[in-house]
Amino acid sequence: MKCKWSQWSKLTIALGVVLMVSACGKKAPPPPPPTPPPPSLAPTASLPATPNTITAGQSTTLIWKTDYATDVSIDQLGTVEPGGSRTVTPADSTTYHLIAKNNVGTQEATARVTVTQAAAPPPQTSSDQTAAQLFAQSMKDVFFDYDSYDVSQQYQQVLQTDARFLQQHRNMKFLIEGHCDERGSTEYNLALGDNRANSTKQALISLGIPADRIRTISYGKEKPFCTESMEACWAQNRRAHFVYQP
Amino acid sequence: MPRMKCFIALSFFFLFAAASLSAQDWIRTGTGLGVEKIRLAAPDFKLVTTDTGTQNLATTFNTTLGNDLQAAGIFDMVSRSFYPLSIPGAPQEVHLADWSSPPPNASMLAFGNLGVQGGYLNVQGWLYDTKNPKSPQVLGKQYREQATDENARVVAHRFADEIIFRLGGGVQGIAETKLYFVSTRGGSKEIWQMDYDGAGQKQLTHLGSIALSPHVSPDGSRVAFSGVTKDGWQILMYSLELGRLVSFPHFGGDNYSPAWSSDGQNLAFSSSRTGNTEIYAVNSLGANVRRLTESKGPDVSPVWNPKTNAQIAWVSGRTGLPQIYTMASDGTNVGRMTDQGYAVSPSWSPNGQFLVFAWVRHYGPGAPGASDIYIMDVASKQWAQLTHDGGRNDFPSWSPDGRHIVFQSNRTGKVQIWTMLADGSQQRQLTTSGENSQPNWSFK
Repeated sequence: MKCKWSQWSKLTIALGVVLMVSACGKKAPPPPPPTPPPPSLAPTASLPATPNTITAGQSTTLIWKTDYATDVSIDQLGTVEPGGSRTVTPADSTTYHLIAKNNVGTQEATARVTVTQAAAPPPQTSSDQTAAQLFAQSMKDVFFDYDSYDVSQQYQQVLQTDARFLQQHRNMKFLIEGHCDERGSTEYNLALGDNRANSTKQALISLGIPADRIRTISYGKEKPFCTESMEACWAQNRRAHFVYQP
Repeated sequence: MPRMKCFIALSFFFLFAAASLSAQDWIRTGTGLGVEKIRLAAPDFKLVTTDTGTQNLATTFNTTLGNDLQAAGIFDMVSRSFYPLSIPGAPQEVHLADWSSPPPNASMLAFGNLGVQGGYLNVQGWLYDTKNPKSPQVLGKQYREQATDENARVVAHRFADEIIFRLGGGVQGIAETKLYFVSTRGGSKEIWQMDYDGAGQKQLTHLGSIALSPHVSPDGSRVAFSGVTKDGWQILMYSLELGRLVSFPHFGGDNYSPAWSSDGQNLAFSSSRTGNTEIYAVNSLGANVRRLTESKGPDVSPVWNPKTNAQIAWVSGRTGLPQIYTMASDGTNVGRMTDQGYAVSPSWSPNGQFLVFAWVRHYGPGAPGASDIYIMDVASKQWAQLTHDGGRNDFPSWSPDGRHIVFQSNRTGKVQIWTMLADGSQQRQLTTSGENSQPNWSFK
């Protein structure tokens, strides 16, 4: 039994690898040859960004190409394939820095993306509804681990983007709703939701958003976004949700 | 594991100690039985008027009285099939020997008659000690109320409580007590009320938002609960005398899970006014705000020790998953009661000796994860499990006689309200319509 099982799993893994390789191939039409570089040549690298000027909230595409490199990394993205592309949404002007290495030498390439802040303040005639829409589109919710009310590293970054939006729209007041999944008890979940809303509020305050623009409420497990009893659904419900307050 | 078993065994010892306490009181009343349940016969009351209206009232009365005595938990009710052929309706019709000898073998006999005259229901009831033929009467009562089905129930409850008070060690019966709870059957979650046996269910609040956590005041005049208002969650007050909301101060942040001290002087609740949920206490007017806890995690669901009002039990997530803690009512002397799992929703027994709470004892991936009701002796922290029937069981609340516990369970699929004796026996479902949760037993 054991033997059979491991044969099966080997087969599955092999099949998976073949599929993955072919899938990769489809995505990037000129497949980066994974051939080991001739040791006599130093790596080459290029890293253009199109467009290289954006307004806050927009995104740009980085496309990089390297030859002969064994180790390619971009400071902001970590280790990457020898060639590829990535859509990024920098909140501030950023210089992306690529380093391609092999045993002969090192080649660097940079791409400067200029981000213009508050390029498009909402028109004076904007109604509450469009402000609410803009708010809803721009403010990303914070999600939490089970029984946790700490804002994780990942969502600290989300909040930085949120905070930038809020700084560009200084008149907007809003409510943070703390939510919990259906497990656990009604009253404890109310308290947990409160702590989620308040830790999100504190994080925004530390990013420079005045406290008087923020109200909080906990809905515990009373107003779930998703009502099925499964982790994918529960994860959707463990959140701090932003609501525009006209 | 042996330690756990020992805990359970010891806890049952405490339970029986509590049960035998009342039995000892009962022995002191002179009837001479041990800790066994009293064998009681309660034949249907005799009709003295015979129209159909009276017949219906009699059915209501007899059913209610029988249920009350059965539910009391201190009687061994004699089966109807053992009754003698002739059922007495008045003292002169009683042949005690027929009841005291087998098969009924009753120690006590409750009997009486019932009739309607001029729109009034007249009930006469007696309780006889069958083993004391020389002066058998323990109790003789007479009731006169307007002839309504509701009043037939009320009179039956009163007579049942008289019997329970006499034979139950001087502890007041609970047949006239009320339960307050949350129901969704009107659409949104609102506060509802019902009799202790599930009869007379009626909606109290009409917030249209969310109402949770009803806690009735000790004098039975007001229900404190938490509701969503334009100021977020606030402690709200419903006057049972006026039939409407009455004013109570709003506080900053979210405020919920109110609980009365048994003297009616103070309310404890959870508030996030500082940005972190903590336990606070105020007086009955909402003034004199005191903060009792200071920890990073959630603090919620306080309850007072009703015997002394000098202690509060509550739920804290200060070390991770929620656990039950106790403290002095000024916030000092914090002690942790549960040592594992997910423990919430404490309720403190009227005699101050026990906590009941909802506990998922083995929590985490691969664990069965059932939430059950547990009882814990406060002094020794020994505990016993009271529910074993699956589903999520939560929000236990003690009856004022300390013999019963009401709780919520979704074992039938939907969340409904159940009662049981404090040893976990006689579990009975009270609600069926909509989803019903967070029951709270009145103080009297």
